[in-house]
Amino acid sequence: MPVVTKMKISSRFKKFKVFLIKNFIFLNGILSIIILGVILALLIYNSIRFFSSYPVSSFFGGQKWSPTSDKFGFVPLLVGTLLTTFASILIAMPLGIGCAIYIGELAPKAIREILKPIIEVLATIPSVVIGFIGIKVVAPIIKDTFNLSIGLTALTGAVMLAFMSLPTIISISEDAINAVPNRYRYASLALGATKWETTYKVVVPTASSGMLAAVMLGLGRIVGETMTVLMLTGNSPRIVFSFLQPVRTITATIAAEMGETAQGGLHYSALFAIGLILFLITFAINFIGDSFINRIRKM
Amino acid sequence: MAAIIENKRPITMRRKNMIQKLFYSVLMIITLVVVAFVFGIIIYLIVKGAGAITWEFLTQKPSSGMREGGIFPAIVGTLYLIIGTLLISLPIGIFAAIYLNEYANKNRLTRIIRLSIVNMSGVPSVVFGLFGLAFFVISLQFGKSILAGSLTLAFLILPVIITASEEALKAVPDTYRQASFALGASKWQTIIKVTLPQAFPGIITGSVIGIGRAAGETAPIIFTVAAFSQPNLPNSIFSQVMALPFHLYSLATQVTNPPEDKQWGTALVLLMMVLVFAIIGTALRTRARLRRKE
Repeated sequence: MPVVTKMKISSRFKKFKVFLIKNFIFLNGILSIIILGVILALLIYNSIRFFSSYPVSSFFGGQKWSPTSDKFGFVPLLVGTLLTTFASILIAMPLGIGCAIYIGELAPKAIREILKPIIEVLATIPSVVIGFIGIKVVAPIIKDTFNLSIGLTALTGAVMLAFMSLPTIISISEDAINAVPNRYRYASLALGATKWETTYKVVVPTASSGMLAAVMLGLGRIVGETMTVLMLTGNSPRIVFSFLQPVRTITATIAAEMGETAQGGLHYSALFAIGLILFLITFAINFIGDSFINRIRKM
Repeated sequence: MAAIIENKRPITMRRKNMIQKLFYSVLMIITLVVVAFVFGIIIYLIVKGAGAITWEFLTQKPSSGMREGGIFPAIVGTLYLIIGTLLISLPIGIFAAIYLNEYANKNRLTRIIRLSIVNMSGVPSVVFGLFGLAFFVISLQFGKSILAGSLTLAFLILPVIITASEEALKAVPDTYRQASFALGASKWQTIIKVTLPQAFPGIITGSVIGIGRAAGETAPIIFTVAAFSQPNLPNSIFSQVMALPFHLYSLATQVTNPPEDKQWGTALVLLMMVLVFAIIGTALRTRARLRRKE
């Protein structure tokens, strides 16, 4: 009899332990959902606070961002972000896809194995170091080349951002190129096409949706990058339509101003509002990029 | 007739070959530009910064408004942040991966978890900074502190750790688990004593890469931990610290007329710190990949 009770207790204890472990692991599993939810909730909560005391129309239509005089016009930041991003992706696309084609199609295996880690190293260089090099090296070059009074422009930031987005663009494009079945290449070569004709008439079109995904995800990195643009684009929230003028992006505005503002004030909540917009923009871009990748995987 | 055909073919082939050569050269030049950029940054930083790196620079506090002295507090601060970030993100990441790989069913919840991990890795780092400020610094009242900064960085790199851990767990053959079950071990015992030890090298490899990223991040720590000047070393997890990335940012943009060599020296130390993590991570992964092929 006593033995039976003892077993009962120990088995009940064991059951409890299993229950605890299971729930503990489950909690860690769903933590990503919780954190993402908290991030979104905080952004939305503070944005609601902002828009309850600042008219939506003067935010989205406002042409002046000047926290000291309580003016929070979003247009200059949007223009700055669009200018920088557009210039950057124009530079990054040919570099990234060209490099991916070289690595995926042309390079001998030994060179490929050397190139891949080099690209990965590029991904690990901190953005503040890239920004620093930009200030010291790229900004003077741009200043002298275009005869400007100051070298910190949308273009300066865009050049460095382009290189920062390359690891993403190259690695995903290369995956897409590798996913093209070899029989496509053999068929093309057997029809008498040269190697290059095979590459650009067969491989690139087949891999194009993967390359599009790569560019989208690279775009996501460019839009969300902060320190490089903060240090290089000149920090001037004015509406300009030239790559050679100083601008101010959404990310740079948050990083530059959040440290100086009073917690809980109008300016504070305004920065969360543009943070929410930034979150939604990158979310949409990454969502499109990922859905392209998933479509390829299903193929 | 025959002569014409013979004449024509070599010409078009030669043209085709020339086009091929032209495009191959363009692609090679593009690749060289990218490679030159990477090496250019590293070599230029070494050339410019090596002279600044002395024993005093690495072990002394900054003085006279950052213009003299060294970067010791910033190095220590970054090390504290790395340790704090690891202590938080490694257990959470590993257990999350265990849930996904060993427990989760293929249902809607699992899909949502995976979707949020992917989305979390796409959230801009400055938004993580906002989250850390609003949640850890203000709501939980940690203040600007090592704790708040480490938590922010930990969640920033969590997707990297989860993905790496899950890959490593997936690589453990199912026969190992079955053998353990057959010996009467419970699911939990199997995970702790069989699966996890097998997967651990892979988990560390992936985590090293994530840590390198955390060490170099600036935007998330500006509002959560980084101090412009805090020459004294921290005495608790609620202290503010200086950190290398923020120190470099301050030197490059905030300090008036900072000496050139201090800036280059700081940039070089930061880059070397991050590169060491990257090189260790890449080397470990290459070794694992080669071993798997054998």
